[in-house]
Amino acid sequence: MSIGNFKERYQSDEAIWRTPASRVWFGVLLLALAAFPFIGNSYHLFIACLIGINVISATGINILTGYTGLISLGHAAFMGVGAYSVAYLSNHLGLPFYVCLPLGGLLAAAVGLVVGIPSLRIKGLYLALATIAAQFILGFVFNEWESVTGGGRGVSLAPAEIAGLKLSTEFELYYLIVAIMIPMLLFARNLFRTRIGRAFIAVRDRDISAEVMGINLLHYKLMSFALSSFYAGVAGGLMAYFFKVVTPEQFSFGLSIFFLAAVVVGGMGTILGGIVGAIFMTLVPEVLDAIIHAFGPGAIALLSPAREIVFGLLIVGFLIFEPRGLAEIWRRIKRAYELWPFRN
Amino acid sequence: MGKILEIENLSLAFGGVHALDEVSLAVEEGSITAVIGPNGAGKTSLFNSVSGFYKPQAGRIVFEGSDITRLKPPRRAALGLARTFQNIALFQGMTVLDNIKLGRHVHMKTGLLAAGFYLGPAQREEMALRAEIERDIIDFLEIDHIRNLPVAVLPYGLRKRVELARALAMRPKLLLLDEPVAGMNREETEDMARFVLDIQQERGATILLVEHDMDVVMDICDHVAVLNFGRVIAAGPPDAVRENPAVIEAYLGVEAAHTGEAASPRHGGPG
Repeated sequence: MSIGNFKERYQSDEAIWRTPASRVWFGVLLLALAAFPFIGNSYHLFIACLIGINVISATGINILTGYTGLISLGHAAFMGVGAYSVAYLSNHLGLPFYVCLPLGGLLAAAVGLVVGIPSLRIKGLYLALATIAAQFILGFVFNEWESVTGGGRGVSLAPAEIAGLKLSTEFELYYLIVAIMIPMLLFARNLFRTRIGRAFIAVRDRDISAEVMGINLLHYKLMSFALSSFYAGVAGGLMAYFFKVVTPEQFSFGLSIFFLAAVVVGGMGTILGGIVGAIFMTLVPEVLDAIIHAFGPGAIALLSPAREIVFGLLIVGFLIFEPRGLAEIWRRIKRAYELWPFRN
Repeated sequence: MGKILEIENLSLAFGGVHALDEVSLAVEEGSITAVIGPNGAGKTSLFNSVSGFYKPQAGRIVFEGSDITRLKPPRRAALGLARTFQNIALFQGMTVLDNIKLGRHVHMKTGLLAAGFYLGPAQREEMALRAEIERDIIDFLEIDHIRNLPVAVLPYGLRKRVELARALAMRPKLLLLDEPVAGMNREETEDMARFVLDIQQERGATILLVEHDMDVVMDICDHVAVLNFGRVIAAGPPDAVRENPAVIEAYLGVEAAHTGEAASPRHGGPG
């Protein structure tokens, strides 16, 4: 049982890590993240990079859908805007990655702002349809605006470079991605300790009474769209540097659903939910693959289709048994640990 | 003392239904004023017009001397107009504390970037708010034991109290309470009446309330206005309103009014 955890100041009561133990664990986690590239092989690193990018993007859609209650099925398109912007800025203007990435995020945010305008009038399924429309319109632009996007063949770009050091291998990109992911996660976490984050949640829970409390709905809905798209844009930009090529297929409608599924499975409206959701959605197909391969080459042809089925069943299973997501399971475990030997 | 709220000839119709028909009403600054009337009389429509949900077709709403008839709800909140709802409109996904903090939203300054980086000023603003809420609201309304609970798990009476707390956090000059004691037992009702009196006397807020519980209305209000079918049929001090034949008729029917029996409408209208 966790005892002796008294607070003398409101500041420590509202801290992100509220006990010394949790601060220690966070330090351990940071060390583990820093040490990981020395332990894992290049396949592990490849997956880790992908997870990092997906965590950023999932946190973005979590701000919009999980916290503000505005459903978006166009998230991948915003990532695409970020990716193409980064490619263009890097190829044509020769800007370094630390300028390209924020600019890519801002351009995605600007596009997200426009796509968010209908959200003042429509919500739920109607908004889902409006964002699907945005997804397909942007997909069309990616395919057809050849002078910028290279059309169906896409565009390639030079590796990110800092002080003469090329960040081209998974090893180097891993650190870049983690170094961007952690501040972005902290930013999102901080947001929900302040008036801005509370306003988002108020819009989600009961927009009419939010208005009476003095919250300008248009303002906060658009801010949420822009912020969510900024996260998507940065994630898309990182994807561009990671794959070194940007094509329209990377940012398909399927990817938008992937991220929506990630926050639903992980837990909507918690920062942890976006993180574990992205990890789950990226990792589980790989783990299933590994299991299939363990059965030997004969099994691959037979079991490969089963992978999709098992993946789908896992998602449905989690939704049925823990509708509030993986983050809720984690919270319950933590609570049981804190209360032990008592029960709830 | 002056009038903090003046409603002049307000008319509101939904299709052919006249929810409010040339309603005029003034609220004295520092008073507790009640709007009573049978169900469907237009009380909540009046509240919704004052807080900005409904757009009346005619008439004016003047708050502290300025016309707010066409102002959007968030602007009214910034002017010092707060309300609670009949069917409790708390934010279910937030804790009690966050719900109350949200009430202060319009009076805070932190912007997106300062919030995300949790910079010094943002942090100080949040901490000052927390300290003030703990001192002036949570202690006062005796809800310190539930401050970290999500509102979804609270019983009805406490939710009403949290909603009042959230409205208080808005630093209201005029507080609209839509049926503050509806559905409460005697003890909860007495607590709530005491809170309302304290808010008026110690914080100098003006209170306008809709209520069916006539005991509460007669006990704590300085002024009562009676609505029936969208019209004001009587207004004045509680005792005078209680004896008014038109009011008795509206509540109890024509016969009772003529026989002069059942002098006071005690517990709301029929149905």
